[in-house]
Amino acid sequence: MSHASASLRPAPAVPRNLEQFPELHPPLDPQSAIAEANRCLFCFDAPCTGACPTHIDVPRFIKKIASGNLRGSASTILDANILGLSCSRVCPVDVLCEGACVLHRYNKKPIEIGRLQRYAMDAFYAASGGVAAPFPVPPVADRTQKAACIGGGPASLACAAELRRHGYPVAVFDNRAFPGGLNTYGVAEYKLRPSDSLREVEMVRSLGVEFRQADVGVSVSLEAIEEEFALVFLGMGLGAMERLDIPGEDLRGVIDALHFIERYKTAADFAVGKRVVVIGAGNTAIDAANAARRLGAEEVHIFYRRTEREMPAFGFEFAHAKLEGVRFHWLAQPVEIFGRDGRVTGVKFQETSLSGTHAGGRRKVLPVPGVFFECACDMLIPALGQSRLTGLLEHKQGLEVSGGVIVVERATGQTGNPRYFAGGDCVNGGREVVDAVADGKRAAAGMIARLGARHG
Amino acid sequence: MANLTTNFAGIRCPNPFWLASGPPTNCGEQVMRAFDAGWGGAVWKTIGDPIVNVSSRYSSVDWAGQRMMGLNNIELISDRPIEVNLREIADVKKRYPKHAVIASLMVESKREAWHDIVKRSEDAGADGLELNFGCPHGMSERGMGSAVGQVPEYACLITEWAKEVARAPVLVKLTPNITDIRAVARAAKRGGADALSAINTINSITGIDLDTFTPRPDVGGLSSHGGYCGPAVKPIALHLVERVASDPEVGLPISGIGGIGGWREAAEFMLLGCGTVQVCTAVMHYGYRIVEDMIDGLSNWMDEKGFATIGDFRGRALAKITEWKHLDLNYKIVARIHADKCIGCELCYIACWDGAHQCIHLDAAHYAHIKPADLEAASRARIAVTPIAKLGTPHAAPSTTPPERIPHVDEEECVGCNLCWLVCPAPGAITMEQVPVGKQSESWHQRTESHA
Repeated sequence: MSHASASLRPAPAVPRNLEQFPELHPPLDPQSAIAEANRCLFCFDAPCTGACPTHIDVPRFIKKIASGNLRGSASTILDANILGLSCSRVCPVDVLCEGACVLHRYNKKPIEIGRLQRYAMDAFYAASGGVAAPFPVPPVADRTQKAACIGGGPASLACAAELRRHGYPVAVFDNRAFPGGLNTYGVAEYKLRPSDSLREVEMVRSLGVEFRQADVGVSVSLEAIEEEFALVFLGMGLGAMERLDIPGEDLRGVIDALHFIERYKTAADFAVGKRVVVIGAGNTAIDAANAARRLGAEEVHIFYRRTEREMPAFGFEFAHAKLEGVRFHWLAQPVEIFGRDGRVTGVKFQETSLSGTHAGGRRKVLPVPGVFFECACDMLIPALGQSRLTGLLEHKQGLEVSGGVIVVERATGQTGNPRYFAGGDCVNGGREVVDAVADGKRAAAGMIARLGARHG
Repeated sequence: MANLTTNFAGIRCPNPFWLASGPPTNCGEQVMRAFDAGWGGAVWKTIGDPIVNVSSRYSSVDWAGQRMMGLNNIELISDRPIEVNLREIADVKKRYPKHAVIASLMVESKREAWHDIVKRSEDAGADGLELNFGCPHGMSERGMGSAVGQVPEYACLITEWAKEVARAPVLVKLTPNITDIRAVARAAKRGGADALSAINTINSITGIDLDTFTPRPDVGGLSSHGGYCGPAVKPIALHLVERVASDPEVGLPISGIGGIGGWREAAEFMLLGCGTVQVCTAVMHYGYRIVEDMIDGLSNWMDEKGFATIGDFRGRALAKITEWKHLDLNYKIVARIHADKCIGCELCYIACWDGAHQCIHLDAAHYAHIKPADLEAASRARIAVTPIAKLGTPHAAPSTTPPERIPHVDEEECVGCNLCWLVCPAPGAITMEQVPVGKQSESWHQRTESHA
C-alpha cells in the first residue's frame, strides 16, 4: 500500500493564462471593502446565510471586515466553510447568498458578498501564508479511530478538515498529481487558478490531514482501506465526461470539456483550434467555450439540442459567454464527426424539435427526419456532463447506487453501509463546490456521531 | 421667494448663515472668499494676545464609513498679532460693507484689557463683539475661555466691562461644559449682553490609538482633552439652546451653534428660537461652498411652508417642548408593519426582542413566539442547495419578501417605543399609528394632583 503523501511540488502554473484570463471579479481594495461592508444591513437570521449551503454567517463576517477584525472575519468564514477561498471565487452568488440579499428589494443593489468573502480570505492567506489554522485543532494521538476520504476534491477536503477539527486522524486519497479535484483541474481560469486551490489544500494539510496519492480500486483496494480505517467517506466525484457515441469521436482535435479545461490550465504548450465547436450548453460547456475564445479561437460555436429556455447553464454564464463572442445555436444534435488525416474537420448536425409540454420535466428532443447540416471546425469539445459511477462500489454491501449516484441520508451523508458515508458530485450528480463542501461537512458530523457512539 | 435678510440684535446681514469663530475665519482672505461663496456673516477667529499652537490639533470620530461624525480640536485662539487681525477686519468691512463681521474676543480677565480690545475692534469696523467664554481647552487653564464661562459671576463681570465701552452689540458665547447653562446665560443678561451664542465645544477625548495607547490628537506621545463639535453634537446643542431660549429670565436673541451642516439643522435651531446660525466643522470638512444649499434649501422649505421671513417660524417648536410630567399618559401608538414594503431584514424583530419589549414575532402561523436563538438554529439546520438553473426557471432575484420573513406586531404588547421604526431601513415599512384607548388625556402631573 502506498503511504507516500503528495509532495509539495510547485503548483502548475501557465504564465500565458495570467494574461489571457484576468480575474473575472477582481479583488476589492480595502476602502471599497469597508464601504461595501458598511452597506450591509446586518439582517437577523440573514437570508444570505440561509441560502448558503454551508451557512456561512455572512453578516457576521462582513461586520468584522467593517470593524477591522479581518482575522475574525476569516475565521467566521472558515468555521463554516473550509474552502471559503475557492467558494468566494467560484460560487454562483447570484443564485445563492447575493440572490437572497434583502437589498434586492431595497435599492436593487445586493451586497457584493462573494467579493467581500474573497477580501477576508485573501487577507487570511496573505497573513498566514496558508499554514496557520483558523481554529484550534486537537492533537490526533488521543484517538485511534481513523477515517479515510476517497477523492481529493472539495467534498473530501471539507469532510477531512471537519473530522480533524474534532480530533480524528484522517487521510485523503487522491489519484492525481495534485489534490483539490475539480477546484484544481476543472474550474475556469479567470475564476480560480490552480495555485489558489492548492493553497486551500495546504491549509487543510496544516490541520493535520494526511494526503496519499493513490488510485483507490487500482493501486490500493477498498479492503485495504477498510482494514486501516474505521469509516470511509466517498467523495470521488463523477467519472469521465460522457461520449457523444457518434462516428469520428476518436479523431485528433476532439477533446471533452473537462480535459480541455485541465489541459489549458496545466499545459503551457496546449493550443486551441481556430474554429471551435462545443456540444452542450451547461456551465462547463460555457467555461470551455469562453476559454477557447480567450486562448485565441476565431470562432466558437455552441450547439445545443434544446433551446435557450432549457439550457442548464446559469443565466449570468450565458450572458457572459455572449460577451466573450461565443455564438449559440439551438435545436441541433451532432450525428457524425468528419476528419482528414486523422484530424477533425467538421461536424454533421441533425436539426431537432421539442415535444409538447412535458409534465414535471424537460421536453423530449425529437430529431427532424432528413434535415441535416454541416459545420466546419478544427476542434470539437463535447460537454455532455460527466458519467456516473462505475463498478468500484457496486458490490459493496448495503451501498445503494441509484441513477449512477450514491444514495445517502441527506442530513448525515450515511450510505446503506454503516462504515461508508458519501457526499459531493458522486451523491448529488454534479453541483457546485459549495454544495460539495456542505455535503462533506454534514457527512463528517454523521461520522463523528458514529465514531462517538462506537467509543461509548 | 423667501426673504433671508437678517437683523440679529441690530447686526444686519444678507442671510442668517454665519461662519463660527474658528479656522475658517482665521484671516481676511478666507472671510472674503466665504462672503463670495454666500455666507452672510463671519465671527472672526478669536482675537487676543497671540498664542503658540501645537501639532497635531484635531481628531475625529468616524462612523460606519463616514468621516468626521464628530470633530475635536486642541487649537487655541488666533496665533496672529491683534493688529494684523484688526487691520484685516477693517479691510473686509471696506470691501463687504453689507456682510456681518463679528470680532470674537478673549483677553486676560482685566478690565483695562477688555476695554482696550473692545475699542480697537470697534475702531476696525466690527459689527458685533462675541465674548469667548466657552473655549474648553488650553485657554481655560490660563483663566480665560470656559474658566470664565463656568462661573456666572465672572461672566457677568466681564460682560459688564465689555459693555462699559461697547457701542456694537455684544454676544456672549456659552460653554456647554456646565451643569445648568441657564446660570451663565442669566449672568450674561445681567452683565448687559445683547445676545448669546450657543454652544461652544464640548470637552472630549475622541479616541485612543490602539497601537500606541495615546489618545488622539497625538502631540509627541501625549494628548489633552479638546473641544468636540460636528454632527454628533447637534442634539446636545439643540437641548442647550432650548434651555436658554425658553428661560424667561434670559430673553436674548440666540445665535445657534453645534453640528449645523445644512439647511435642515439650521431650520431646527431657528425653530428653537435662534436668529442666526453659525457653522464651522462642516466648512472645515467640505469648504465654504456648502452655504449654497443652506440658502437654497432653507428658502425652498420656507416657500413650501409659506414663510416669508425667518421671523415667521422662529421659535415655533419651543411651545412643543414641555416637562415630562405634562405628557399625555393616555396617548397610545403602536407599530404597524406593512408587508408590501417590508424587505425582510428582521432588524425590527431582533431589536424588539433584545432591545425592547419582545412584541414583534415571526411566527404568524403558529403564535409560538419563537425566540431569536431558536429561529437562527432552525435556519442553520436547514439543508440548502444551489438551485439547478434549467427548465426555463428565471434566475431573477425574489422581488417580493417571503411571507415567513415578514414580522408582525403584537399590538396588545407593543408599548409604542418607536425602536422598530427607527431601525427599519425600508421607508414606509413600519409606521407608528395612534390607537384609541377610550380614555381622556391625562398627564402624570394631573394624575398625581388629582390623587393628592
